[in-house]
Amino acid sequence: MLRVHTFLKMLNMSTNASYNDQGGAEAAVEVCTEGTSTTSGTGAGFGLFSTDFKKNDELKEMLESNKESLKLEAMKRIIGLIAKGKNASELFPAVVKNVANKNIELKKLVYVYLVRYAEEQQDLALLSISTFQRALKDPNQLIRASALRVLSSIRVPIIVPIMMLAIKESASDMSPYVRKTSAHAIQKLYSLDPEQREHLIEVIEKLLKDKSTLVAGSVVMAFEEVCPDRIDLIHKNYRKLCNLLVDVEEWGQVVIISMLTRYARTQFTSPWQEGVSFDENNEKAFYDSDSEEKRDETETKPYMMDPDHRLLLRNTKPLLQSRNTAVVMAVAQLYWHLAPTHEVSAVTKSLVRLLRSHREVQYVVLQNIATMSIQRKGMFEPYMKSFYVRSTDPTHIKTLKLEILTNLANEANISTILREFQTYVKSQDKAFAAATIQAIGRCATNISEVTDTCLNGLVLLLSNRDETVVAESVVVIKKLLQTQPTQHSEIIKHMAKLFDKITVAMARASILWLIGEYCERVPKIAPDVLRKMAKSFTSEEDIVKLQIVNLAAKLYLTNSKQTKLLTQYILNLGKYDQNYDIRDRTRFIRQLIVPNEKSGALSKYARRILLAPKPAPLLQSAFKDRDRYQLGTLSHSLNLKASGYQELSDWPAVAPDQSVRNVEVIEPVNEWVPTVGKSKPAKSAKSEDKFYSDSEGEQVDRKGSKNSSSSSNDSSSSSSSSSSSSSSEGSGSEESDEETSDESPKSSSQSGEGSSESETDQKKEKNKKNTDSKAKSKAVNSESEENNNMVSSSSEDGSASSSSDSDSDTEQKKSSSRSKPKVHERPPKEVSLLDLDDVAPSAPTTPKASAYSPSLLSDLEGLSLSSVSSPMQVTVQPFGPVKSHELLHHMSGKGLSARYHFPRQPFLYQPSMVQLQITLTNASDQPLEGIHLGEHSPASLTLHRFSPVERLEPQASVTVSMGIDFNDSTQAANFQLCTKEAEFSVSIQPAVGELLLPASLTQADFEKEQGKLLGMNETSATITMAEGHCSSAVLNKQVRSMANLGEVITGHNNTHRFAGRTVSSGALVLVTVEKREAADATITVNTDKSVMASMLLRDLKQALASA
Amino acid sequence: MIHSLFLINHSGDIFLEKHWKSVIGRSVCDYFFEAKEKAAEPEDVPPVLQTPHHYLISIYRDRLFFLSVIQTEAPPLFVIEFLHRVVETFQDYFGECSETVIKDNVVTVYELLEEMLDNGFPLATESNILKEMIRPPTILRTMVNTLTGTSNFEERLPSGQLSTIPWRRSGVKYTNNEAYFDVIEEIDAIVDKSGTTVCAEIQGVIEACVKLTGMPDLTLSFMNPRLLDDVSFHPCVRFKRWEAERVLSFIPPDGNFTLMSYHVNAQNLVAIPVYVKQNISFFESGSGGRLDLTAGPKQTMGKTVEGLVITVHMPKAVLSASLTATQGSYTYDPATKVLVWDIGRLNPQKLPNLRGSLSLQAGAPKPEDNPSINIALKIQQLAISGLKVNRLDMYGEKYKPFKGVKYVTKAGKFQRPACVAISHFST
Repeated sequence: MLRVHTFLKMLNMSTNASYNDQGGAEAAVEVCTEGTSTTSGTGAGFGLFSTDFKKNDELKEMLESNKESLKLEAMKRIIGLIAKGKNASELFPAVVKNVANKNIELKKLVYVYLVRYAEEQQDLALLSISTFQRALKDPNQLIRASALRVLSSIRVPIIVPIMMLAIKESASDMSPYVRKTSAHAIQKLYSLDPEQREHLIEVIEKLLKDKSTLVAGSVVMAFEEVCPDRIDLIHKNYRKLCNLLVDVEEWGQVVIISMLTRYARTQFTSPWQEGVSFDENNEKAFYDSDSEEKRDETETKPYMMDPDHRLLLRNTKPLLQSRNTAVVMAVAQLYWHLAPTHEVSAVTKSLVRLLRSHREVQYVVLQNIATMSIQRKGMFEPYMKSFYVRSTDPTHIKTLKLEILTNLANEANISTILREFQTYVKSQDKAFAAATIQAIGRCATNISEVTDTCLNGLVLLLSNRDETVVAESVVVIKKLLQTQPTQHSEIIKHMAKLFDKITVAMARASILWLIGEYCERVPKIAPDVLRKMAKSFTSEEDIVKLQIVNLAAKLYLTNSKQTKLLTQYILNLGKYDQNYDIRDRTRFIRQLIVPNEKSGALSKYARRILLAPKPAPLLQSAFKDRDRYQLGTLSHSLNLKASGYQELSDWPAVAPDQSVRNVEVIEPVNEWVPTVGKSKPAKSAKSEDKFYSDSEGEQVDRKGSKNSSSSSNDSSSSSSSSSSSSSSEGSGSEESDEETSDESPKSSSQSGEGSSESETDQKKEKNKKNTDSKAKSKAVNSESEENNNMVSSSSEDGSASSSSDSDSDTEQKKSSSRSKPKVHERPPKEVSLLDLDDVAPSAPTTPKASAYSPSLLSDLEGLSLSSVSSPMQVTVQPFGPVKSHELLHHMSGKGLSARYHFPRQPFLYQPSMVQLQITLTNASDQPLEGIHLGEHSPASLTLHRFSPVERLEPQASVTVSMGIDFNDSTQAANFQLCTKEAEFSVSIQPAVGELLLPASLTQADFEKEQGKLLGMNETSATITMAEGHCSSAVLNKQVRSMANLGEVITGHNNTHRFAGRTVSSGALVLVTVEKREAADATITVNTDKSVMASMLLRDLKQALASA
Repeated sequence: MIHSLFLINHSGDIFLEKHWKSVIGRSVCDYFFEAKEKAAEPEDVPPVLQTPHHYLISIYRDRLFFLSVIQTEAPPLFVIEFLHRVVETFQDYFGECSETVIKDNVVTVYELLEEMLDNGFPLATESNILKEMIRPPTILRTMVNTLTGTSNFEERLPSGQLSTIPWRRSGVKYTNNEAYFDVIEEIDAIVDKSGTTVCAEIQGVIEACVKLTGMPDLTLSFMNPRLLDDVSFHPCVRFKRWEAERVLSFIPPDGNFTLMSYHVNAQNLVAIPVYVKQNISFFESGSGGRLDLTAGPKQTMGKTVEGLVITVHMPKAVLSASLTATQGSYTYDPATKVLVWDIGRLNPQKLPNLRGSLSLQAGAPKPEDNPSINIALKIQQLAISGLKVNRLDMYGEKYKPFKGVKYVTKAGKFQRPACVAISHFST
């Protein structure tokens, strides 16, 4: 009882805080300021005085008592123990019993304890699990959330399945707060059991779709931790994230911004190209649908920023005003890495503002500014004064400011900066003064106008009393003189004059070194200095003595007349010096420079050894190579790669399909009527198509809607990406409109097949409002109806998937019925599966002779359906699709698969080469980097390499074109296809028909040429044609699909003539097919390439004879 | 992200540790202590350090180190900002942030840290939400708790976390509805020995104390918003309205908060309200020196300068000072070599003066440079930039609040943004 009384008395005396001092060694244990919550003083009294013995027993007793207050008191002390880092794990069983207690505070403290020790007491921890499982079903969202929080924080591997289940359930909870908690739990589970990754990614995918601002930050954090490489999960949520960003809580903003920075780097093209002109007006045109007409007038620009790219920049900009320094920095780095060059300076002011924040913030921000200021002086130059050093700044801040000032120095401001530096040199902080001298040295080398001034200033500093300053000055002068070896004799003279006054050994030594090094430039002074030194040799310090010996040796070599005796005198002094280093050096020098019979060959080289030109030390910023790290990251701060650092990829050369970010709106589709043969729909429908409307629309799970497109074949209509159509702005838009509306019903019907056949997850989904003419005529009130239609095109295993094949077929058929066949030929290089809709609008659309039309077919193979809006017009294509062949299977290519086909076009770079298009697909789940052709191809083979593919994302594919000179033989071309890691040997054996190019001849010419190629040069055979091949059209098609030949128009119905030239040598190849009675026909091949002739004949026979 | 937190006092003892993921041993702090040894001052410890397996990010505030341990890449500013937020929360809860206070309130501290981070990622950092969950201790409540046995935990479940405006709690009720705004400006200048201003700029903050019932939507407008060169806002301020109309539109947090901070362009010539004539010289013999300081008003726009404090950072060799002040009192700390002269109110008729002799360490060479001087001052009723609040409107609630605006100009070391007032740099 006595104890209790004392305690209460104390309580009265000091009502607030500090009786813990009484506790002695275990002070923290007894801490119970507001923990004195006890009605009966008995319990509270316990702990205060029983400090060391039976402590745990007492606590256990208290925990097991019936009184809430006692339990609470015990828990508070235990928390005190934990906070002190003391071990309280013994109490685990007693504590866990209280996990279901009703007192909220007690419960919370038990949770804290549980999370801390569960890992060590796994079996016992399991006792508590059922409580949490029950709480997960509680009607109150806060209780559900807190149960999930604790459950997921218990690091016990056995409960992984339970956690997984809880996370999955909570991810679809009604309450956004619970969903947020589940996003946090994902990371915890992942670090506990990384094998759950795949399941967790599913949950992340689901949560990413969440529209609540509460969830966004947490789920992106989980994304960054679990699957930062699954950039494809972001596509659909990109616009939503951009739009929500301002309302997300500040910590989430930081995470989202840095993730989006990485995302944007993989999805958009670089805005830093030459001649970029992206003005604000233009931007408005994107968002303001009414200005459609104006848009047409703007001239096409070389670079067009993706509207999504712009969206990101626009939505992050206001966050520069955030009070949270991390957010400001995140936006600043985003602008630095993503914005067009002229827009980056928008962040300057905000960064400078951060310099008024806490010291630690300043430190990090200054580091980043230092890196920025190397590349972009102009950004920070107006704020130069903000980087002036204050006397109260800590040293590391001062040094950073100095670094920045040095980076900012230019001809205009150097005088101001130097004046400022003068002040710093006098600073009491000697480390800083030394750094300033280094900085002056750098200014001097960078700006030639002030080199002399700086040098003079530095020379003055040599007389400074402080050793650090002097030593640093000498070092810097030395460096400066070395970088400018022409005009420094004056300074050396000056230094020699000052020499007597300088006392610091290091400085004296440095000067002697300088005089020695450049003794030929100061021929009069050097011997004099040596003379003086000879006098004072014995009283110099060792370091100076060494340099005296050095100087003597160098002078002996250059000016032995005057200095021979002096040198010998000094060498003699050195020989008997107390310091053995000096004795050693003296001996060495003597042997080296004084020729005698023992010295041998070495002395011949003495001059070259001693007076070798020394490389000038580099004076450059320590931040020079820091820009390899993303700004604002830990790695940047430390200048080394921190674990878990995500590399920022380079801009893709060609932007991946931007339509992947479109979010579709599902609406009933049965109102649609096909529009075949009708006049084109009103263009106004398109202008109403608001770019971002879709992002507000509902997001629907893609899998569910997969079938809808196939079931709505007959009723669905136009499919086109709004984004691609807006990017095709300008002159092309009318054509594309027409195109789109006409062909889309067919293409969509094909897509049904396509989607069922293609097994890839990657689908390109489009939605577009459109107006079909029937609806228009029918009802005025339903002016435009929304529809959407999913078109899926496979990106797996090359572009030759059935969907795109059949699609191109359709297009050909359709356009063949058109009155004005036009052909567009575009540089094959730009054809690729993913990027076509970006390239197409700007691609040149020059009509070419129809002879080249086969190329179009191959182009279309690479065409994803998303690009149907591009200004493509197709001419008659009377034969089937060109076959593509496998070059490399993805099993043998470690994920890289390649298929090739012959576009049958003359190769632009080298006419003697056959053009090939190779579709590279990444079938692995890792990005492939640096795909290129091996350097070591056989000497006999000449080929034109495609430009290396920097990076190929998983499931993405790209088409490249290359040329091979087959030299008119069907011999296989062997070469290597390389990725960064591996090399694969591949070979291409062309069919003989591919080695030809069509030639256009008149009938007369044909006969004339044929006359020249008789006898040896003529090969012929008679065949029985297959039934279907008798008609002229089919025959034509068969021959031309077999060999790349041009048809010669003849008067005869029964004689078909084809002409071509071999690609490599240009030899004529003439083919005549003469139909006889019934199905018999004679094929004649005339060419002087007799091997080719026989092979061609064989192929033709096969093609025509077989069914 | 943030793995663990260690609180370390000035002398290098770890007095609190908290882990958000699995436990990391204290030995990780050894790397920090090593860096601390190297640094001359605690401020000089680099904030970001690397160890073989972890990264240490620390802040130094109120003579305490807050050291966080992280294991993977994370933006350093993110961590630093969070640590400062922790300090501010402690200050908010306990009035100050010191070792004693933290030790005394270790349970509350632990509860706070538990709520502020989940798995190392910030969960609730808004003071309003935290206060809804964990009541700050007061003397009264401690007494009440002791007597009645209630806890400092809210019995009611907090709902602030659930709302989209996390900074305001629901169901706020006041009988007197008031909204006060303090416009506090600080001059930040470097003046050289001759008295020329090398650079000067004005930093301002608007501190608000809003006690309004319900969910008021406030709009604050300025007479001269063009003056503001750069601004940053509390998250409650709507960016778009500011960009379009230059008005502050916001649903305020409950209680005290910093509404915005701003910067007035240095190009507008800033008038420095006081001058200091200094004459500090050391004898050639190296045995001592003389000090003579006089302060006087310069441009105060008719207002009185208060709370004038002059701080001189003496060279290392100065052992002691024997001075006489005509006004106020002075102290010299031989350990830190800082001379503080607290003048108080500046009387323009009788200029305060401090003079006397300095004694130097025997044998030390004559200090070569003049020490730098910092000045702290305060002027009531004056915002030196001339910024004026135009009006405050309230929407969304029916009652009429009481409104007030106060202007203060300050110079000097102050609580939050760590920058210096007027420092005389010797040239």
